[in-house]
Amino acid sequence: MRKAITGHKAVAEAMRQVEPDVVAVYPITPQSEIAEYYADYVHNGLVRTELIPVESEHSAMSACIGAAAAGGRVMTATSSQGLALMVEVLYIAAGLRLPIVMALANRSLSAPINIHCDHSDAYLCRDSGAVQIFTESAQEAYDYTLMAQRIAEDMRVRLPVIVNLDGFTLTHTVQPVDLLEDEVAKKFIGEFKPVHPLLDVDHPVTWGPFAMPDYYFELKRAQQAGMEAVPEVFLEVQREFSRVSGRNYAGFFEAYKAEDAEYVIVVLGSTAGTAKVAVDEMRARGIKAGLLKPWLWRPFPAWEIAEALKNAKAVAVLDRAFSFGTMGALFEDVASALYPLEKRPVLVNYIYGLGGRDTTVPDLVRVFEELPKIEKAEWALRYIGLRE
Amino acid sequence: MPSIKVLAEREEKRVRFTGGHTLCAGCAEPMVVRTVLNAIEDPVVVASPTGCLEVASSRFPATAWNVPWVHVAFENAAAVISGVEAAYKALKKRGLIDRRIRFVVFGGDGGTYDIGLQALSGALERGHDFLYVCLNNEAYMNTGVQRSSATPKCAAATTAPVGEVIPGKPQERKDLTEIVAAHGIPYVAQAAVSHLIDLANKVERAMKYEGPKFINVLTTCPLGWRTPRDSAIQQAKLAVETRYWPLYEVIEGRYKINYKPKERVPIEEWLKTQGRFRHLFRDPRGKELIAQIQAEVDRRWESLLRKEQCFGQEG
Ligand SMILES: Cc1ncc(C[n+]2csc(CCOP(=O)(O)OP(=O)(O)O)c2C)c(N)n1
Ligand code: SF4
Ligand SMILES: [Mg+2]
Repeated sequence: MRKAITGHKAVAEAMRQVEPDVVAVYPITPQSEIAEYYADYVHNGLVRTELIPVESEHSAMSACIGAAAAGGRVMTATSSQGLALMVEVLYIAAGLRLPIVMALANRSLSAPINIHCDHSDAYLCRDSGAVQIFTESAQEAYDYTLMAQRIAEDMRVRLPVIVNLDGFTLTHTVQPVDLLEDEVAKKFIGEFKPVHPLLDVDHPVTWGPFAMPDYYFELKRAQQAGMEAVPEVFLEVQREFSRVSGRNYAGFFEAYKAEDAEYVIVVLGSTAGTAKVAVDEMRARGIKAGLLKPWLWRPFPAWEIAEALKNAKAVAVLDRAFSFGTMGALFEDVASALYPLEKRPVLVNYIYGLGGRDTTVPDLVRVFEELPKIEKAEWALRYIGLRE
Repeated sequence: MPSIKVLAEREEKRVRFTGGHTLCAGCAEPMVVRTVLNAIEDPVVVASPTGCLEVASSRFPATAWNVPWVHVAFENAAAVISGVEAAYKALKKRGLIDRRIRFVVFGGDGGTYDIGLQALSGALERGHDFLYVCLNNEAYMNTGVQRSSATPKCAAATTAPVGEVIPGKPQERKDLTEIVAAHGIPYVAQAAVSHLIDLANKVERAMKYEGPKFINVLTTCPLGWRTPRDSAIQQAKLAVETRYWPLYEVIEGRYKINYKPKERVPIEEWLKTQGRFRHLFRDPRGKELIAQIQAEVDRRWESLLRKEQCFGQEG
């Protein structure tokens, strides 16, 4: 069923089809409409979900943790400062191995306060233990919200999953989105299987104990094993989703004309759409340009990325946030991925699009034009669209 | 109302909180926890924020809890229980659960008066069906007796020490029970570990109401108050006798003082037994400070009496 809807609505529709037991959510631009749509579903009886209109994002994630530990399927959504406020408990959700799915409408972090898109919120929780997926379009945001549920709930994983969608660019623009029929989506999602739920009062369990140096390390190692299981599960879920949706998801990233590419841009989120146009323009000029757009960012599919980039001459990694004091987070991921190769492409890092700064096709064409001129890998930041 | 016999029988039969915890000898917290849990007949799910009770009861891989129990962080127990209760409602709607389960939080004063106040207020306003019990020992005990907004004026705390210039905590304690009552929830009470039957009765009365219920329990900490290990009950009793900690209820907005001490016992009687106030009896400024503490105790007591007069349960 094709509809012209915003990214918000696409995510909210996926949530409606999942119909979690509990949604605890707090408004923040540009996420609020997801909360509003969902409240609308609840107040009109379209879903049986218990909606908790919490008093903060910290409580949103805390209530999600309580509800998930109780044995419910739960979802939430946030952005920027809201994510910053909930990050303490996001780590705990991961530590408790709770399969909470969260849409993150990417927005810059203060100061200065700014409501527009960049990825500083996603980067803030990079090491939280949540799986992170980036999406390019409302369609992908919808699809991955459904897939995230399956990844999070897989018994090999049992971790929170964040589905990133660029604030405004994706959340607020109307795009054509193919929605699954409700029954198809519900069948794909399946029944939720709680593990040691609090509400099983005949089998009492202690959730969230404290652990001393004698056990903490092993418990965290077990959590890492959950992360390590994600790639396999991710591919399985993609395969099944492709089958039921007729769309084609295969792999940790989309490689656009990357096969024989000499010059490659690696970028997360909606800017990949712009980059595709730039790639086409370069190809028309006879330059072998390509694009790599990771869907899965955490865990980072380092081996596969290295494989995909190994024959390139130069690679520009674009980060939509500073990791102050060092290179961009995605750049460092890619640099680490390339390290084991004997012959590595020249690697450079561009910071772009902070606080909603537009990144245009000519901007990215310029990156492709610069790449052949760079002779050595750099450990210095370059910028796109910045006045200096 | 649950008699001692009933409480004891339940304790024998189903030990909800076992002795295998590591709370200090003489700590009042287990008495409050057991009394509350024994006063509830239905199955319970318990949540606790970070604090002495949590740390002392849940060291992995052991646990002192024989009921489902959850700890998430320091400031969010009320939000966590909101989620548990919402999931319960959702699963009930879907026919996956049919039994009645009750939800209880045991939170320290730090986790309730201070860092957890916002989450508490939110949960009260949203009307979740749960009982919140504040184990008020008047400081952050777990982390080394730092002051909280429940710490009484002049008490020595590690972040409000008795110095040459400032003698302990300069501020009065927050009146959280009244703040909670202002939320208009069905049941609010103050209790003390010295009056366990009163506490059990309160829990039983509270659990008759649907929605949020709150009981603020004065819970002696011999370590932080610097009192003998066998004095927890006596300490709390004196707090009630001096009217420092009135036992009262606000049921559907109606006030009832459960116990009115016949004699006016001066606050000194309570202060002088505790190491945290020792300086007041050595310092030349002590007399004046004690007079100030007394004046505030009197003011709060008078105010409570007037509330009972105006909004009493019979009125
Ligand atoms: C966000 C956060 N801030 C601070 C702490 C440190 N901390 C843990 S328990 C605690 C004090 C607990 O005091 P209270 O709630 O009164 O419980 P008690 O130990 O006195 O029973 C503090 C400050 C923490 N765990 N988390
Ligand atoms: S420090 Fe105080 S409250 Fe904590 S266990 Fe010891 S006596 Fe109990
Ligand atoms: Mg305390």
